[in-house]
Amino acid sequence: MDLKTTPLIDEHRCLNAKLASFGGWLMPIQYEGILAEHAHTRQGVSVFDICHMGEFLLEGEAVSSGLDRIVTQNISSMPVGSCRYGFMLNEQAGIIDDLVVYRLKDNNWMLVVNAATTAADEVHLKKHLSVDSRFENVSDKTAKLDVQGPLSLEALKDIFGEGLSKLGYYTFSDFVFEKECCIISRTGYTGELGFEVYLPSQLVVKLWELLLRDPRVKPAGLGCRDTLRLEMGYPLYGQDIDTAHTPLAAGLERFVDFSKDFIGKAVLLEEKKRGPKERLVCFKAASRRSPRHGFGIYSGSSSVGTVASGSFSPSLSVGIGMGYVRTDLGIGVELLVKDGSTEIPVTIVKKPFYSKTSA
Amino acid sequence: MNIPKNLFYTKDHEWARIEGKSVYVGITDYAQGSLGDITFIDLPKVKDALKQSEYCATVESVKAASEVYAPFSGVVSLVNSELLAHPELVNQSPYELGYFFVMEISNETEKTNLMDAVAYEKYVQGLAK
Repeated sequence: MDLKTTPLIDEHRCLNAKLASFGGWLMPIQYEGILAEHAHTRQGVSVFDICHMGEFLLEGEAVSSGLDRIVTQNISSMPVGSCRYGFMLNEQAGIIDDLVVYRLKDNNWMLVVNAATTAADEVHLKKHLSVDSRFENVSDKTAKLDVQGPLSLEALKDIFGEGLSKLGYYTFSDFVFEKECCIISRTGYTGELGFEVYLPSQLVVKLWELLLRDPRVKPAGLGCRDTLRLEMGYPLYGQDIDTAHTPLAAGLERFVDFSKDFIGKAVLLEEKKRGPKERLVCFKAASRRSPRHGFGIYSGSSSVGTVASGSFSPSLSVGIGMGYVRTDLGIGVELLVKDGSTEIPVTIVKKPFYSKTSA
Repeated sequence: MNIPKNLFYTKDHEWARIEGKSVYVGITDYAQGSLGDITFIDLPKVKDALKQSEYCATVESVKAASEVYAPFSGVVSLVNSELLAHPELVNQSPYELGYFFVMEISNETEKTNLMDAVAYEKYVQGLAK
């Protein structure tokens, strides 16, 4: 299969990025190195090419359009200018995707979805949206840059102006770049102060170059995006959450509003009553050895689960991971992650793995 | 890419430096570059008897784990324990400070199974295509 490329592919090649396939796209995994890019995002400011993610525009009243029933977040209660994280579930309450809904106007919405699931999400949405709602997949004409790190506000203010400092967490506003309208939200996937910039595709090279002209800003790839998000305990769709798991099992119930109707609610309520059979937990190795996706998780000699995400934690200098295990295994329980002759003792810990005071 | 002339190389990107009966073993500049930041190394133990091409060590980067194979048959006489706390030495100095271990070999003719620098360079260029 031919891999898709973002408008920034030539910039990545010029920067000697290591490129690899991700969700059907040829994406930069690293430039200088994952550890250096990770540290720079925690201490300075990095720019990530996230053009592969999908964006949908929707026009219609929250409930009558059908959108409110498709997602788990309560979109009716969202103020215009705010965004909210949640899920699209199937009837069995399995997670079709995790997504952020932006309320652009009273009856106008932007949905930001994962790259690998964009096509399937579009089918699901069109199936459940009412006929009088207007849906448009704007992924191809919309570029997305994530600017993340403690200096992100300073770097972006130089381009977009002081108005940016007024943005609260999970709010957004319109800004002008090269006479075109773009959306900037104070959101991210790193645990740092950060912003996500949505702009017309044809302008993204210009913004990328402008950002990298700032000596504080460095490019960062999907490699450190993964280690940054894992240190925060944020789930990655396709690895930590998928149609085989529910938001309850994933420990993400706070992004589900049970006061309204949504697809999958009946099954989820039943699961809530009985309690989930397994739960996504975070675990930390005592050594630098990393648990990896697919490794087995054992309590003594009995198998209790599989590693969903695992990596070396650059901030903590030990292996960390997440995986679904029996619900009786709680914080502090010692387990063994195994693959062939490799055995990694781990302890279940609270998320996040990393906070400003833990490094 | 750095490929020193005086070393022997395997297809799995290990290098071997022969010093009398002793052989220093590590992974090549190409290997460390492909792996990216190295975060963990599992070394063999002193006195381990290894056969040529036998699994002998694991090297982990942020993204993946890879196996390392013995370039010669022999007995491990010294391991570079500095790498346990500082695996980044393999990235910074793959042929010097980042060596993995030293082995005492009994059969130097096994080097006919290895590549010299010229052959290895050609081999790596072939992989890039």
